[in-house]
This record gives sequence, C-alpha cells and structure tokens, in this order.
Amino acid sequence: MNLLDAVLWLPLAGFVLLLALPREKVEAIRRMALGVSLAVFLLSLGLVAGVQGTAAFQFVTNLPWIASPAIRYHIGIDGISLWLVLLTTLLTPIGVLVSWRHIDKRVKEFFALFLLLEFGLIGVFVALDLFVFYVFWEVSLVPMYFLIGIWGHERRVYAAVKFFLYTMAGSVLMLAGIIYLYNRAGTFDYTVLLQMMWSGKLALDRVEQAVLFLGFFVAFAIKVPLFPLHTWLPDAHVEAPTAGSVMLASVMLKMGCYGLLRFCLPMFPAAARGYAPWIAILAIAGIIYGALVALVQPNMKKLVAYTSVSHLGFVVLGIFSFTQLGVSGAVYQMLNHGISTGALFILVGCLYERRHSLEIKDYGGVATPAPVLATMFLITSLASMGLPLLNNFVGEYLVLQGTAQVNFRWAVFASIGVILSACYMLWLYQRVFYGDTPESVRSQMPDSSAREWAAMAPLLVLMVWMGTFTQTFLPPITAAGASILERTKVNVEFQVQRQMPREVSRAR
Amino acid sequence: MPASFVPPSGAEYARLLPEMILAGVATLTMVLEPLTPARRKRALGRLCLAGLIVALVAAIAGHSNPGPAFSGMLQVDGFATFFRVLVIVAGMLVVLCSSSYLQRENAESGEYYALLLFSVAGQSIMVSATELIVLFIGLEISSISSYVLAGFLRREKLANEAAAKYFLLGSFATAFLLYGIALIYGATGSTNLNAIRQVLANPETAPLGMLAGTAAALMFVGFAFKVSAAPFQVWAPDVYQGAPAPVTAFLAAGPKAAAFAIFLRVFLTALGPISNRWEGIVWTSALLTMIVGNFAALAQTNLKRLLAYSSIAHAGYVMVAFTAHSAAGTKAAMFYLAVYVFMNIGAFALVAYFGRKGERYVHVDDLAGLGVRQPVTAALFAVLLLSLIGVPPTGGFFGKFYIFKAALEAHLGWLTVLGLLNTAVAAYYYLRILVVMYMKEPGESTADLPPLAPGTRTVLWTCAAATLLLGIFPSVVLQFAGLGK
Repeated sequence: MNLLDAVLWLPLAGFVLLLALPREKVEAIRRMALGVSLAVFLLSLGLVAGVQGTAAFQFVTNLPWIASPAIRYHIGIDGISLWLVLLTTLLTPIGVLVSWRHIDKRVKEFFALFLLLEFGLIGVFVALDLFVFYVFWEVSLVPMYFLIGIWGHERRVYAAVKFFLYTMAGSVLMLAGIIYLYNRAGTFDYTVLLQMMWSGKLALDRVEQAVLFLGFFVAFAIKVPLFPLHTWLPDAHVEAPTAGSVMLASVMLKMGCYGLLRFCLPMFPAAARGYAPWIAILAIAGIIYGALVALVQPNMKKLVAYTSVSHLGFVVLGIFSFTQLGVSGAVYQMLNHGISTGALFILVGCLYERRHSLEIKDYGGVATPAPVLATMFLITSLASMGLPLLNNFVGEYLVLQGTAQVNFRWAVFASIGVILSACYMLWLYQRVFYGDTPESVRSQMPDSSAREWAAMAPLLVLMVWMGTFTQTFLPPITAAGASILERTKVNVEFQVQRQMPREVSRAR
Repeated sequence: MPASFVPPSGAEYARLLPEMILAGVATLTMVLEPLTPARRKRALGRLCLAGLIVALVAAIAGHSNPGPAFSGMLQVDGFATFFRVLVIVAGMLVVLCSSSYLQRENAESGEYYALLLFSVAGQSIMVSATELIVLFIGLEISSISSYVLAGFLRREKLANEAAAKYFLLGSFATAFLLYGIALIYGATGSTNLNAIRQVLANPETAPLGMLAGTAAALMFVGFAFKVSAAPFQVWAPDVYQGAPAPVTAFLAAGPKAAAFAIFLRVFLTALGPISNRWEGIVWTSALLTMIVGNFAALAQTNLKRLLAYSSIAHAGYVMVAFTAHSAAGTKAAMFYLAVYVFMNIGAFALVAYFGRKGERYVHVDDLAGLGVRQPVTAALFAVLLLSLIGVPPTGGFFGKFYIFKAALEAHLGWLTVLGLLNTAVAAYYYLRILVVMYMKEPGESTADLPPLAPGTRTVLWTCAAATLLLGIFPSVVLQFAGLGK
C-alpha cells in the first residue's frame, strides 16, 4: 500500500461513505464530497517528488488479482500519468465547488457518482495491466452517463445514450485486441508485454500489428475525439451539467490521448508509423474543422465544445509526429486544454446560472455589471487561444515545432487553427462582455461569488504558471515521452536513418 | 432378474441423494397440500425452500464422492456438481420471490412449489446423466413441470396461451430429440455417451457419416429449442411474456442452464469426434441467436418481452463459447451461465414485484422515476442491468470476457468481433431501462409501490451481490468450474 494506492482508492471510499449518508443532509453531503476530493488532491501532490528524474514507473503496486487468466492489480505512474492524475484530482474538488448550488436535486447521488468518476479516471491513468485498464476505462463511463443523463439540460437523455454507445462500440474492439494480445503473450501486464516485444519474444507480424493498432486506435480516437468520430462530443458537452462538462473536457478526453500515447505507439510501432500520415491529416482536418464550426456557433457551450475538437487535434498531431518535441508538446497540451477548457466551461456555467441561457445573443455588455467575471473570462480566453506567457502557447508551439521537423506543410496547416482560435474566442468575448448591457442582463448579473473565485483561482494561477515556468512540468514529461519514443523504434528503418548523419559527421 | 444385475451400492445411492430429496419433498408437499388451510400455504413454500437447502448441501457434499452411479447411467463429476448447485440455487431464488407474488394473485398453493421442485429434480438428473435415456427422462420431468407452471394462473388468457404454446412446441422439439437419440442408437448401438464417443472416434467402427450427422442435426434441433437458440427461439418471447413473472424467472434460469449443460455434454463428449459436421451449424446458430435476440429486443416496450429477447441474446453468447468447443470454452459457458442465472432471476424478480396485481405495470415506461421513489431497489436493478450490458466490474462483463477469450483462442475471429459488436447494440436497450428509471419524471405507476416483500428483497440483494462478486472475485467460481471437464 503506497501513496498511489491511497490516491486511487480514497475516492471510492468517499463514494461508499456518501452512499451511507442520509439523503436529507444535503449540506453535509456537499462538505463530505469536497473534503474527500480535497484530501485526494493533497495526497496526490506527494506523488510529484517521486517521479522526478526517471522515466521508469514509480509507486508501483503489483499484486495478483485473478489467477487464471493471469490478471494483476498492477499500477504505477510515470511523468505523463503523474500530471494527468494531478489534473483529475485538482478538477474534482473544483467540480464539487461549481456544483455546490447548481445541483439541487438528488444531491447525494450526484456527489457520490462524481467521486466514483474520479476513481475511474485515476484508475485509467495509473493502470499498468491492460485488463485493469479496460475495467477502469468502462468504470469511468457509467458515472458520466448518469451525470449527463440525470442532471443535464433538455436533450440530456439523447446525449447520455449517444455518449455511452459511442464509447462502448469503440471499446469492445479494444477488448478484442486485448484478449488477442493475451492469447499471444500470456499476460496482460503492460511492462511485461513491452519487454517481450523489445526482446523479440513476442513478435507481431505486419497484419497483426495493423489490425490490433486499429482496434485500440478506434477506441481511443472516439474518446479523443478525432475528426470524424467527434459527433458525440458536442451533444455530451452541451447537455452535461457544468461539472460534468468540466470533467468530460478536461479529463475524459485525455483518456483517449493517453491511450494513444501509452498503448498504441509503443506496442504497435510499425503500424503506428505506417498510419501516422493519415492520422495527422485527420488531426489537421479536426483542428481546422473544429475551429470553423466553433466560429459560427450561436451557443456558448457548443462553441467551447468545438474548440476541444480543434485543440485535441493538436495533441494527436503532436503524438503522431514521433518527435520528442511533438510528444512533449502533446502531453503539455493535454494539461493545458484540461485547465483552460475546464475554466471556460466553469465560466460559461457561471453565466448560465445567472441568466439561464447558453445563447450568445441573450448576453451583451456583461463586463459592466460583472467586471471580475469578465476579467477571469478574458484571461482564460487568451490562454485558450495561445497567447505567449500563458499555458496553451507552450504546448501549441512545441507541437508545431515537432511537426515541422517531420513535415513542414502539416505545421503550416495546423497553425491556421491557432489563428482561427483567436477569431472565435475574441469574437465570443466581444459579443458576450462588450457592447450595451440590456436590462435583462444587468438585473441578473451579480459579480462572481467567493465560491466561483475559489474554483477559478487555482486554474488562473496554473495558466500563468504553466505558461512561464515550464520547467516545473516539462522534465518528467520529456523523460517519459523519450522512453515511449524509444520503444517506437523497434524494427523500424527510421532508427538507421537517424544514426546515419552522426556516423557521417564523425568520419569527416 | 438378469444374471448380470448388480444392486447399486450405498455410494451410488448417495450420488443420487439431491434428486431423491427433491422428489421426496415435492411428493410430501403434494400430500400436505389438501391438509393445509388456505392461509397457511406459505408454510409449504418454506418446506420446499428447506428441501432445496438440504438438496443443495447434499449436492455440494456429493462433490467429495464423485463417480458413476447405476451402471454408469449417472455420473457425478465437477461438471455435474456445478450445474446441480446452479439449478438448485436457481430454484431457491425462485421460491423466495414467488410467495408474495402468488399471495397477491390469490394463487399460492402447494402444487406450485411441488412442481417447481420436480422441475429442479429433473434438471438435476439431466445434468448428471451420461446416458441418453436418463438424460431424456430428466428433460421430460423438468419440461412437463415447466409446462404446467407456465399456465399456473389458469384464469389468465396470456398464461394459457403461453402454456399451450410451450407444451406444443416443446413436444415437437422433444420428438426431434428422441429421433436423434434413436438414430444415434441405431448408428452406434449404444445410448451411453462415452460408448458413442468411442464408436464414432474409431474409424473402423464409425457409422456412415451421413447417419451420425443426421442424428446430430436432430438432437441439435431438440436442444436448441430448449436453450432458445435461433432459429428455434420463437416460442420464448410469448411464453416468457405470458407466464407469471416468477415462473418466467425460473424458465429463463434453471431449465435453460440445465439444457445447456446436456447440450454441451452430449455434443462435446458423445458427438465430439464428428465436430466437423456440426461446427458450422453451431457457429451460424450462435451468430443468429445473438443478432435475433439483440435486434428484436431493441424494439420491445414490454419489459418481460424485452428481457425474453435479451435472454435469447445471452443464449447466443453461450453458443459462442460452445462453438469454441474447447476446455476453455466449456469453462466460459459454465461461468457465464452462473452469472446469467443471477442476472436474470434478479431482473424477473423485480418485474414480479413491480407488476403488482395482474401484472399491470410491465412496460418499460412504467418504471419512470423508480430511481427517485425507491433508490435502493433501483440501484440493485441497475447493477443487474449493467451486468447484462457487460460493464466491468460485474460478472456479466467477466462472463463475456471469458467467452470471447475462448472464442479467440479457437480462432473464431469473426464470431468474436461480431459478438462484441452485438454487446454494444445490446447496451442500447438496457440503457433505455436505466434512462426510464433514473432520467424520467416519476409517473403514477411508481406512486403507490408497496414495500418489497422480504423474500423478493433477499433475492434482489443476493442476485446483485452475486453478480458483483462474480465480477470482482471470479476465481471462486472459475476454480469450481475448472474442476469440470
């Protein structure tokens, strides 16, 4: 039992605890949820120190769970999963805070499911056994389904079912892939599998790699979501309650990116490289398409949802550039997107709680009655569009730089997305916060409350911190990313090519 | 008396103990029935429950006394013990959730429980039979009791229709089975499964392939009907819908599990050597069963009918394990059937409780707001539904996992992919129930819900706990299943 186990299981304990509380004690339930999620966050901070300066998995627990087939409770984190776990543990208490008043019916179930969601999400990022990974992958699906379906907006049922079925359809193919790997290798253990592939004990031929890659890839691409598999996302994001949208956008989408990076690349390197150009084209299409659709959205939440399609395109592009910069940038961008888009959803949620509308045309001149809210929104918008000194800039820059090393044209097309992001964010800001303030807005628009402040402050600090002191975050990411990239060079001609120039230069 | 007659030993009688207990208690109940005043009928239910518990103990104890009985007509092995325990537990759960239902319908009587026990005894004989005639007798004991149970509420039109349909079609199917048995006897000169296997496996003694193939096909028809595998599944939705809900729970669990047990035993043991003749049929039937069950369920609005189609689809998954015809496939089928019994009895127990008098509320939409009105009941049902979908960490997920793992090992790649996609389709109709329960405003159908009867509550808790336990600690059952063949 180490720190990581505690971080993983505490939310589940909180879930059980909340179920045990009587449903009338609403305030106690809220406090309990906040307390548990804060405790998890504080505990998870302790993980940071353990992952410095190494690419190997830390805080490993490896116990047998089921004897036959050999399934092990094997968890651990490296520099990539560390930050994703922290992102989850940070956003959960924030999600609890923004739901404090917003959720007024079936409060007990809401917060219980919210903690169950946290359990599932952390599990996805720490699992080192493919089977356990799949279990957590599905476990995280169920609470989100209920969060959207019970506490969402008008078309919530449609959105919830669509969300569930899309993910399920994708993940059953991944399950087939996982079972196939087990039948070939006799283990679900990720590190053992990699070791076997590395040493050549498990050699997948070209066809096997291609098919297995696709099985995993489709599951992850739906979750990312990669264009054209993104159609569930706008529905789910728009219909979910604020906290649900935050967790969906900030953490759940990262499950897909994380899966690509953790499993698709190192386990099926040849196939990943073979498909990379096509995937990069889809990613670029998503970047531009998402941005263009966001530009014309009349609904704020839908607008933010489509920006996710665009931003996540950068992540996929970075991952499939197979460069150190690209991969580091992609991971950095995952975190950035989690923070800035999470913040955007919170702020849109604040507006919705006041005016009970998500339509942009119902707003205008909000900056006059609510200057603090407007400032927070402005900083977040600037971060989201990639202004230097704020977080997204770093990620986007690294991704573009990494991509340019491989294919300069891709980088050019992808950078169109950066320009478009300035267009849609600034235009949104202008229409909502500037101009004349209609009476309907003025009367309903108190400035931010202390609770909203408390929810937003850590995110705003992080936006600046991640935009300026990248050294806090990047070294572990780079180390882990390099180790993953190293794995992708198994049996790939690329390795030879890279070695060549050095030999030549030495000869001279 | 023929000279070769050897009287059965004590150990052999002990191997038949569970069946003897069941038949004895059932007969006793029949005798006590006219002597019991109407308001004390519940006591007969308790008596039968006690009988089942004793039989369960005997069945588990029988595990330490394996071997053949009665000149090799019965065989107590891991496989038999597993299914005996399963059908007896299924019987217990059904007895538990029947009492309140029958009282509500003013139909509680000793006959009901006695018939149930006879049926369980029949199934128990079936699963330990190694001889086609004994197997057939067991099947008939089980089936005939089930026909009567399906029409137990004799004033209900739908129940009568169900019973008539079940009886007529069931008789046809049994006739096919009997033809198959006759042919295989003609072809091999034996009705003993092991003897048949030896004859078929030896190229010198093997009969005309055509003859054995026809026999296999005829037996397949009979068994496929009993497990409601396509294309012989048409009776199931009507019967499941028409029969009283606790009986439906029973029909979907015990008889089906037992039928699968003999299906596996006959085809994998006796007809194993000619597997190339039936593989294609079973493959096609497995796929068809999944597709028919799942796609038909999509369109259902009646909860009982929906669950009926879902149980057809689940038979399809077990058929996939069957198609693998390997040790892993058999184990997977056994595990899945164990989970399946709990999931289905739990689900139908909820229907029995929720329907209220005359089963007025059996539509999916009637469940609206159950999540608000009765959060605990709804949560238990939700666990069962998630298990039916196959979401980890429930037993339903592990069951499917083992089945598709066995299928992939047997190189059934396409069947695996199509089967897994089927599970995604299935998610839709189970989700619809969850949607109605949790995401719809409470309607009048959930307004005056009576409290759960203790028996039904026990059943719901047991089933939900069992599905979760089987999902989190599947090794327990797997080890047990691993002892079978």
